[in-house]
Amino acid sequence: MLSKQLLWACSMVLALCLGTAPLRAETIQVTIDKMEFSPAQIDVKVGDTIEWVNNDILAHTATAKGGWDVVIPPKKSASMVVRAAGSVDYYCRFHPNMMGRITVSAP
Amino acid sequence: MLTRPIAALAALCLLGVAPLAQAADKPSDPQIAHIAYTAGVIDVEAGKQAIAKSKNKDVVAFAQDMVRDHEAVNVQALDLLKKLKVTPEDNDTSRALIQAAAAERDKLAKLDGAAFDRAYVENEVAYHKQVNGALETLLIPSASNAELKSLLKTGLKIFQGHEQHAEHVAAELK
Repeated sequence: MLSKQLLWACSMVLALCLGTAPLRAETIQVTIDKMEFSPAQIDVKVGDTIEWVNNDILAHTATAKGGWDVVIPPKKSASMVVRAAGSVDYYCRFHPNMMGRITVSAP
Repeated sequence: MLTRPIAALAALCLLGVAPLAQAADKPSDPQIAHIAYTAGVIDVEAGKQAIAKSKNKDVVAFAQDMVRDHEAVNVQALDLLKKLKVTPEDNDTSRALIQAAAAERDKLAKLDGAAFDRAYVENEVAYHKQVNGALETLLIPSASNAELKSLLKTGLKIFQGHEQHAEHVAAELK
């Protein structure tokens, strides 16, 4: 029991360190409304978080071909930390007519 | 091997496009609501048949997406109709759609494995194309209530997404 508490304490300290470490990492929001990503194009830096807020009654995904895949349930949000620089086109696997683009610069 | 799905598709086109083309008279909002709701129910039923019959992971996933989306849209449609105090009104177009869907379901019931998967997905492409055509040219322009029109427009975007999704799955099955 004691070790569990210790582990928790350690992870909290670690979380705090990690939380403050990346300087000026931002969270960029993309809203999904009526089958559209808005804004459709965003510019972010490595280490930033992208949060998709789904206002639709349908589940959507933000999917990069051969890369990441984020499922965003209806009326919920989901996020992802950006790992690599470059330009990525993404789409919704369920509705491929929904498209977005992320341009990632070095931190 | 190829002739059967093509023949099935051709038959579907004959059965399926005709009923919507016949509705030359401008449908009323209660009729439009009934047609849109019926079209959704038909695709939910088709999806359930595919989930039960198919062993292909992509086909089952697609069918699950169809059931989930069309059920969600129809719940929203019913909510709107309740709010607007509109009672959906049965009509010839709805009846023809149901008849064509029953024939398609019977046809698909006789197929198995890859033949079923191909026929189901090809029908999904054709069916969404047909419904989207009807939405664009008949149902949306005819709708007089602004909220109903707006829901139909969102529905069109969703079903255009389904059409593309179905095309992707169809391409992978080839």
